[in-house]
Amino acid sequence: MTDTSAPPRLALRGITKRYPAVVANDGVSLTVAPGEIHAVLGENGAGKSTLMKIIYGVTHPDAGEVLWEGRPVQLDSPGEARACGIGMVFQHFSLFETLTVAENIALFLGESAQSPTLDQRVREVSEHYGLPLDPQRLVHSMSVGERQRVEIVRCLLQKPKLLILDEPTSVLTPQAVQRLFGTLRQLAAEGCSILYISHKLEEIRSLCDSATVLRNGKVSGHAIPRDETAASLARLMIGGELPVCRLEPRETGEVRLAIRGLSIPAPDPFSTALHDISLDVRSGEIVGIAGVSGNGQKEFMAAISGERRGSRADEVLVLGKPAGSFGPAQRRDMGLGFVPEERLGRGAVPALSLTMNAILTGFSRGMTNRGLLDVWVARNFATRVIQAFKVKCGGEASVASSLSGGNLQKFIVGRETSHRPPVLVVAQPTWGVDVGAATLIHQALMDLRADGCAILVVSEELDELRSICDRIAVIAGGRLSPSLPTAATTTEQLGAWMGGNFAFTATAMEADLVQA
Amino acid sequence: MFKLEMRPEPSRLMGLCSPLLAAVLTLASGFVMFSLLGTSPAEAFYVFFIKAFTSEYGLGELALKSTPLILCAIGLAVGFRANVWNIGAEGQLTIGALAGAGVGLFVPLDAPWLMPLMLLAGIAGGMAWAAVPAFLRTRFNTSEILVSLMLVYVAKLLLLWLVHGPWRDPDGFNFPQSAMLSDAATLTPLIEGTRVTGALLLSLLLVGAIWFLVDKTLAGYRMRVAGLAPAAARYAGFSEKRNVWLALLLSGATAGLAGICEVAGPIGQLQPQISPGYGFAAIIVAFVGRLHPVGVVLASVLMSLLYLGGESAQMELQLPAAITGLFQGMLLFYLLAADLFINFRLVRKQAPKRVVASAGTVPAIEKDAA
Repeated sequence: MTDTSAPPRLALRGITKRYPAVVANDGVSLTVAPGEIHAVLGENGAGKSTLMKIIYGVTHPDAGEVLWEGRPVQLDSPGEARACGIGMVFQHFSLFETLTVAENIALFLGESAQSPTLDQRVREVSEHYGLPLDPQRLVHSMSVGERQRVEIVRCLLQKPKLLILDEPTSVLTPQAVQRLFGTLRQLAAEGCSILYISHKLEEIRSLCDSATVLRNGKVSGHAIPRDETAASLARLMIGGELPVCRLEPRETGEVRLAIRGLSIPAPDPFSTALHDISLDVRSGEIVGIAGVSGNGQKEFMAAISGERRGSRADEVLVLGKPAGSFGPAQRRDMGLGFVPEERLGRGAVPALSLTMNAILTGFSRGMTNRGLLDVWVARNFATRVIQAFKVKCGGEASVASSLSGGNLQKFIVGRETSHRPPVLVVAQPTWGVDVGAATLIHQALMDLRADGCAILVVSEELDELRSICDRIAVIAGGRLSPSLPTAATTTEQLGAWMGGNFAFTATAMEADLVQA
Repeated sequence: MFKLEMRPEPSRLMGLCSPLLAAVLTLASGFVMFSLLGTSPAEAFYVFFIKAFTSEYGLGELALKSTPLILCAIGLAVGFRANVWNIGAEGQLTIGALAGAGVGLFVPLDAPWLMPLMLLAGIAGGMAWAAVPAFLRTRFNTSEILVSLMLVYVAKLLLLWLVHGPWRDPDGFNFPQSAMLSDAATLTPLIEGTRVTGALLLSLLLVGAIWFLVDKTLAGYRMRVAGLAPAAARYAGFSEKRNVWLALLLSGATAGLAGICEVAGPIGQLQPQISPGYGFAAIIVAFVGRLHPVGVVLASVLMSLLYLGGESAQMELQLPAAITGLFQGMLLFYLLAADLFINFRLVRKQAPKRVVASAGTVPAIEKDAA
């Protein structure tokens, strides 16, 4: 579209890919010109990732053709795609944590890690594109954002003509997102085409030249993002209006969940230690924990739920009573509900029915009777959750693994909120969930707040936290920032905090206050 | 070319067919093997698989040999479901036999009370032997697979020492055997003409009880969750230690009971050889029976048939004793191979197609792009 005379860098025509259960792509076509930044926009499950895997040679379409610089090509493996000049940065990284940056890159390029020029080439490319990297650093010591840099640099070393990025910003602070965009614009200016996959509308509007919107595996429209509003893009993406949740102001009550000086050393070099975390969550408020993934969220959640225990009983107080030395079952009995980030295998047992999965956290809440399972009670409970949360499934007898991620998440959130716990802790409430389900989940949390529940939400999506939280704190490097009322937060502040710079922002805030 | 493709969800049909498929493949391999050995396969199959069903005595022997297999396998199956891998049922069986026979030989009690005490001692012996791997696993995180397996050999050596030394029958012409158990310390046959004892009924009763435990109680639910999804068990707050202890003690108890029922039943005394590897064969039984109580009973009958057939084949066809082990091994091998197809299926790898887009779709796309 930027250069109409030359053949497009990449053209897809009528790509169809069927899986046993779903049609992931149904007659999808798109065209990317040289030097164009092209967005592929769609909800989770719209077929974006499948389409990218087809372009990268990981899977093969059942029908349709791929044209590379005007010629039809058959890409049978990522190796062939790379030989053409296609590079891809995956959402989930494929790096060996125990190796150095240079070793990882050498493995990928099929070169010897001892190659004397490799270190130098890595440095040159990384500096040229503003992605500084030390080739001799071990990957496990790097943050998620730095690991992404390794992935990008190793693609760039092959001088790609097309770079595919799958949801690249979910692991970055807002400042790092801006730096990444700078790099991508520079690449595009040098003639490299970029396919940018995302569901974040504002990012696409600020970065991309054009967009192809997918819905249910089909192309639902093409757009020039700059000419569209976030709302109009959302309409293309979800086929309707973006539902809004509004948080009614509410008086808060007594402290129901208190974390006092929680410190837990890291059990291995691949997890994060928690340092002196303190936090109060009061009745009738939702507190959000923002942060880039891998900064101690998992460890913090496990310490609150009781799956990992700290050293002191009074590190965690539930309804004022020390719970630090208790396991998850006892804490649940004290009134602490918990929704973990992994649904399948942790929040639910994949091979068991929804009824049996209701017992997982309901066994001490009336679903057992003198050591015997009360399947009748569990079945009624599961049925109520399925109805109230519009869980799409074959019924309460369906096994958990047969549900889509979003529907299972609705079931698990429904299961935990239906017990009306006085305290609820939710990790990543809407990860991989479509907009409709996300709204339902947010509404359930707000209803619980209205009832006086104290809710703690951990999420990597700032927008989500902004829309449902009364207060937001940031976790970085295993430390927790002070919390701020949501209205008082700015993206710059939170971004600096997410980078671990609590002190700097505090002074900047003071300066703001003085000016005001 | 073919390739394996993950099924969208596990195939139920294949789950049921896989043991049957394994049995058919075992028989087919047996056919080839018998042919190569120069035996008529038809005759060998008759001796191996049919003969036991033709007489009351044969049926009795089938039930007799099934009993210790059912007892060992039902306990193991519960443990395997809970992700606790007790490989040492053979050792627990041996110690159960020792403890029970010790009571029968040396405790001066009479008819109504001696037998129950022996059975309890057998159960306690098996549990004690299984408690060792349970303690080491929960305290030091050792592998219960290795510990329970190695304890089998300790148990066997203990048995050898006792029958060669302190417990040897003074009137036994120096044979390494204990004295015969008294009538009060012996399980009498249920049916005249067979050697089947009340142990068979006891084992079937236990199968029912354990099915109830696994399916209907919270304790069983905890074990199932621990086996299916360890992270979910931690999330729910189920103690991993309790799970390990329960699974090992339960399988130790049933194996110990199997041991004393053998010694107090068909054997009648302690001797160096009290089990032809029931404890190990029970591992195969548990898997062939899909870790399900009813399946375990059926698989036990099949395995006992292999034992009987192996014996008949030795006597009537002069085939080597190893043939029983061979059939057991093939059965497990084919079962594990067939189980692959529960979660995967074979699909023909499609020949690369260049242009598949039909003529109708292309113009539409050009319109779209424009």
